[in-house]
Amino acid sequence: MLKVLIADDEPNILMSLEFLMKKEGYKVYIARDGGEAFDLIQQEKPDLLLLDIMMPRMDGYELCQFVKQHPDYQHAKVIFLSAKSKDLDVQKGYDVGGDLYIPKPFSTRDLIAKINQLKAAAA
Amino acid sequence: MSSLTLTLCSLLYLSVLFSIAFWAERRSKRGGSLLNSPYFYALSLAVYCTAWTFYGSVGRAASGGIEFLSVYIGPTLTVPLWWSVLRKIIRICKVQRITSIADFISARYGKNRGIGVMITILCVIGIIPYISIQLKAIAESFAVLSGQSLVGPTPVWLSDQSFYMTLILAAFTILFGTRKLEATERHEGLVTAIAFESVIKLVAFVAVGIYVTYGLFDGPADIFQQAEKLPSLKQHFVFHAGHSTSEWLWYIILSMPAILFLPRQFQVAVVENVDEKHLNKAMWLFPLYMFVICLFVLPLAFGGKLILNNPIDDADVYVLSLPLHFGEKGLALLAYIGGFSAASSMIIVETTALSVMISNNLVMPILVSRPSWQKQIGNAWSTVVINIRRLAILAMLLLAYEYYRQVSHHFSLVSVGMMSFAAVAQFTPAIIGGIYWKRGTQAGARLGLILGASVWFYTLIVPTLVTAGLLPAHWMTEGPLNQGWLRPYTLFGLHGFDPISHSVFWSFFVNIGGYIWGSLYRPQSPLDHNQAVLFVDVFEYARRYDSSVAWKGKVQVSDLKALLTTFFGEERATRAMERYIRKHKINTQNYLADSRLVNYTEKLLAGAVGTASARILIASVAKEEPIALDEVIKILKVSHELLTVNKELRRKSIELEKLTEQLREANELLKAADQQKDDFLSTVTHEIRTPITSIRALSEILHDNDEMDQETRQHFLSTIIKESERLTRLINQVLDLERIESGRNKLSMEVTDMAAVVQDAVESVEQLAIDKRMELEVVNTCPEVTLIVDRDRIMQVLINLLSNAIKFCEEDKGHIWVRTELQGMWYVVSVADNGHGIEPKYHSLIFEKFYQTQDRNTRKPKGSGLGLAITRKILELHQGSIEVQSEPEQGATFIFRLPLTRFERIASAQELG
Repeated sequence: MLKVLIADDEPNILMSLEFLMKKEGYKVYIARDGGEAFDLIQQEKPDLLLLDIMMPRMDGYELCQFVKQHPDYQHAKVIFLSAKSKDLDVQKGYDVGGDLYIPKPFSTRDLIAKINQLKAAAA
Repeated sequence: MSSLTLTLCSLLYLSVLFSIAFWAERRSKRGGSLLNSPYFYALSLAVYCTAWTFYGSVGRAASGGIEFLSVYIGPTLTVPLWWSVLRKIIRICKVQRITSIADFISARYGKNRGIGVMITILCVIGIIPYISIQLKAIAESFAVLSGQSLVGPTPVWLSDQSFYMTLILAAFTILFGTRKLEATERHEGLVTAIAFESVIKLVAFVAVGIYVTYGLFDGPADIFQQAEKLPSLKQHFVFHAGHSTSEWLWYIILSMPAILFLPRQFQVAVVENVDEKHLNKAMWLFPLYMFVICLFVLPLAFGGKLILNNPIDDADVYVLSLPLHFGEKGLALLAYIGGFSAASSMIIVETTALSVMISNNLVMPILVSRPSWQKQIGNAWSTVVINIRRLAILAMLLLAYEYYRQVSHHFSLVSVGMMSFAAVAQFTPAIIGGIYWKRGTQAGARLGLILGASVWFYTLIVPTLVTAGLLPAHWMTEGPLNQGWLRPYTLFGLHGFDPISHSVFWSFFVNIGGYIWGSLYRPQSPLDHNQAVLFVDVFEYARRYDSSVAWKGKVQVSDLKALLTTFFGEERATRAMERYIRKHKINTQNYLADSRLVNYTEKLLAGAVGTASARILIASVAKEEPIALDEVIKILKVSHELLTVNKELRRKSIELEKLTEQLREANELLKAADQQKDDFLSTVTHEIRTPITSIRALSEILHDNDEMDQETRQHFLSTIIKESERLTRLINQVLDLERIESGRNKLSMEVTDMAAVVQDAVESVEQLAIDKRMELEVVNTCPEVTLIVDRDRIMQVLINLLSNAIKFCEEDKGHIWVRTELQGMWYVVSVADNGHGIEPKYHSLIFEKFYQTQDRNTRKPKGSGLGLAITRKILELHQGSIEVQSEPEQGATFIFRLPLTRFERIASAQELG
């Protein structure tokens, strides 16, 4: 069973994403800020990360950079889900190693489709 | 104390002086000039305090009480004028390269040679006695300390220590006072040594003063109490019947010009001045110096009288005899050195200044006016000038020494000093008139000076010649040729004055009268007028001096250069010329110099040989044409117009700069406002995206998943509704804030019963508190208050604060207090809770829009982040304010104030009253 870590400081967004990913058959871990996410990455070594960018304690960029630079976790795919939609922000997301950058608000169907594409490409 | 010890100590002190002077010269060559400090300038001014101050004031105080103060009060009274008078004189001297008081007056009145000669002679005659009393003071103090008798035969030259002392002082002055040809250049070593001497004499005098006042007596009160018991001293406490207040007044008047126009004062205050700004400090430091040195004069005088009350002891040397009487040899020696420093500093500076006057105003004009002599001296001019000065120094000191031996024992320190003051005071009309009155003419100055100096000589010097036996005694009693109205002390039958006041009265009378008459009724020559304008309006012409001097004629550039070369050497002459030509873009194609170059050359020469000599030198190489007064006026006008144009241009460019700066600032402000707007917009979009994200995701999930259980479905639906509400609230608040900030939303003010508003607000949130099982309590400590406010807006503020409080309190435990009270002019409402509290560093931030997004380490509280910003804005529109008091985990109290209306203020004042 693949593990997904969802990090966002908006509880309602977390709730919807949790429902969605469980339905897709993932084991879901929830983090309400960057710090919690950082701990969970090391504990659970998730295969997929859905990261908000602006979060207390550690932001999404920092988390992604950590994951992509660490041999134990770098296999994981990172998708940014952010309300920040400026070109600069998107570019930075890819610069720190993110696999996808999806601006909020997003379509759930689109999100699932893109996750599946990523999975297929990796396999 | 043996003469040998004393001689050795004097020599030791002099060698210290030499080393300080050498050290200062060396230091300044390396660029570390001490004279850049205003303190050195102020201390050098204290060369005013001579042996007369050090010994003489005590003597005078012993016989005349506080009369001695007059010569310190006079200078102090002039201090406020320094900023206008002294600064102007300094500026004129710098611009025209003037090096002495004689040069100053001669330059002002058409660079007239005769006036320079007259001033120089008057100075020398007036000041040689003054120098001689300094030598006398040194000799007497030496005698007192070594136990020699003051009376008895005067020793022959070669066995007299004071003769050798005179020679050493001459050597010092020659070494440090005639180092450079250009008298405008600073005498670093000399001035530093003088400043040092000023410290020494002050320390020595104060030390003796403290010893006598606190060592021999129990403080000043004790001395005065004891002195009061002696009738001879008690009379000195006040002006008694015998005192003449007019004498006191005349002495004050006499010492006022002395502080600036004595050659030594002019030397340190004007010629050696490095920076006009030093006046600022000197203006209070110098009077303070005089105050301190006068402080112990009366205690010393009375103390001396009380302890050494016998007529043999000379009160002039109490400073020495008091410590000596009690065997304090060390202190007596210090006092001797102090007196020595007071005397030597005067001698050194005075002779330096006089030597420049003698060389530049007396000898040089004669030497340079003979073409044959000019040729003979050739390139050795600078050596000749300097040697003349050296010779002058030696001659004057020997003259003073001889005067001391032959004449000075007839007179006291003070009387001789006063005669010098009176001589120097004769310059006052010519100088003050010269720098403030353009009509003052050469003829007037000459007439005033001749009359004033003659009367001075007749009323003060002639009597001394009578006393010395050089003139028949009946002159004093019957008058020359038995003409009673010519008696020197009662000229024209004027009785009731002491000799000094009498002389000052008559000499001033004829001097000022002559000056004004001559100026009004004798014509002013073109050069005279030219200089008059440049002096009086120096601050306007200072920068354009060279082009403001009218000159017409033909002179080759090479001749000017040759002239400079003979005085300054090939290298310096070439450099000075080339720099000037380059700087002013002077055309030298046709080998003829233009008038600016001529004036510049003349100015350079003036710094070395004096204004009158420089004029003669230029005239000797140039074919000059006479210049008419209207040409002078035209040149001055052109120069002045250029000045005005320049000023106007400068003003315009400054204005332009200001405008540019203002534009730049406005642009910055616009940019900042733009940036703020951008930030706000991106924050708002971000805040809007968040609830929309939840709404969209949850709706899609509901749409795609029919098989969901009822409970989850319900939960999702209610979340969608809540997020929609959040979105609506956000949009409303953004619009609200925008309306308030742009001023589009006008407050609708009405008379409002505040207690009712508070009650309504509390009621509207009460249900929320009850749902969360919180306590909500209202404490009204103020009487009924009606304010003129926008009722709905104030309600909005209260509801906002109350719902915040409810939001941040824990359920079940929450407690909220609303308190209203009157504080002075303010109606104050506080909303307090026992919730999580806020760290102090966020106290000001929380009132900013969307503040939570600024900080990454705190969880977002629920809400738009605009509530408190709106709250503050509303209160500000009411001329009110809001603040928060809180610590983490200690709850938070939001306090807002609204100003009372005038009616309420009166009511509350009555209540308090």
